[in-house]
Amino acid sequence: MTSNLRHITDPLIQNNPITLQTLGICSALAVTTSLSTALVMSIALTVVLCLASALISLIRNHIPNVIRLIVQIIIIASLVIVIDEVLQAFAFEISRQLSIFVGLIVTNCLVLGRAEAFAMRNAVWPSMLDGLGNGIGYSLILIIVGSIRELLGAGSLLGYTVFISRADGGWFEPLGLMQLAPSAFFIIGLLIWAIRTHWTAQVAAPKFAIKTSRVPR
Amino acid sequence: MTDLLITAIFHENLALTFFLGICTFLAVSERFETALGLGLAIIVVQTITVPVNNLIYNGFLLEGAWTWLGLPEVDLTFLKLVAFIGVIAAMVQILEMTLDRFMPVLYRALGIFLPLITVNCAVLGGSLFMVERQFDFADSVTYGFGSGVGWALAIVTFAAIRERLKYSDMPDGLRGLGSAFLVTGLMSLGFSAFTGVG
Repeated sequence: MTSNLRHITDPLIQNNPITLQTLGICSALAVTTSLSTALVMSIALTVVLCLASALISLIRNHIPNVIRLIVQIIIIASLVIVIDEVLQAFAFEISRQLSIFVGLIVTNCLVLGRAEAFAMRNAVWPSMLDGLGNGIGYSLILIIVGSIRELLGAGSLLGYTVFISRADGGWFEPLGLMQLAPSAFFIIGLLIWAIRTHWTAQVAAPKFAIKTSRVPR
Repeated sequence: MTDLLITAIFHENLALTFFLGICTFLAVSERFETALGLGLAIIVVQTITVPVNNLIYNGFLLEGAWTWLGLPEVDLTFLKLVAFIGVIAAMVQILEMTLDRFMPVLYRALGIFLPLITVNCAVLGGSLFMVERQFDFADSVTYGFGSGVGWALAIVTFAAIRERLKYSDMPDGLRGLGSAFLVTGLMSLGFSAFTGVG
């Protein structure tokens, strides 16, 4: 059981899909302008990832090797269609804001990557846990980035005002940049820096070492 | 028309404004030549798939498309994801075979990246934007070409910057992915400065 639990806890920080494996970044950045869209996207992706891993693992011995990518994409696409329809039926506003990014879960490298790397070689239960773990790892980054962007960009969280803006008589000046695309890149870049400073095993090896004698301090 | 083209290339750049195809963007930008090859392939695929998907969407999936068969109420729009992915995969396959037959040099240069275009979100994203913004056929040709050029421009520029970045002395934790994100952020700021041009 402890080994199964590892499939969930590993991808949280140590082997995080976004900051280490560089999978699924496309959608991660675009939906984080506010916390609510980030949350909905996280839930949608985690559900798809979990179910896709389980289903692909279930039929892994019956998929001919040459057409496995097509089979995997079809399974993922069908699941995404279901999620998309559910969102449009029960959360129409949010589904509007997410626009094309729910559909883009189909080509999210995270889902296909985990199917290819893990679910094709493992039994159903570990695959499902692996999907769940990676989904939560992905959600974690999304929620952090979403909170930072909404808090600093609009002074609110989940739509509730936290900092009262100067226009309403408070002290807070909303940072317009946080609502724009570049800030997402900066926040994830700094997040990766922070994680790699703490867990030094993730540091990328230098391509060209600088050969100077160390400056004595 | 020029408006749409300029917008698609610069300030609504797929890679830098909508974060589409960022996985490939970060993974394949280590060397300038491969980035250039992939950029060209994306332009070709995007220019073909967006208009083709436009025809398929309007001709088969849209509500009322089957009126001529006596089925005016059939609405297949929910199938667009599967249909688009199928078209993209088929187009990439055809492109691969054509290149192999007529342009073996380019085919070898692109190598593994050609099949990977199928799962590049920029390609599917382009088609989905086409649906969302209700482009007609001429618009979708322009948009497909423009967004492809924009993506290619972004990855080629980024690869050129990254080649220089390899030699720089930076904090350990920032090396590799971290710095790549920060540079992309700065590029994104630069491209957004084109807002209003054209």
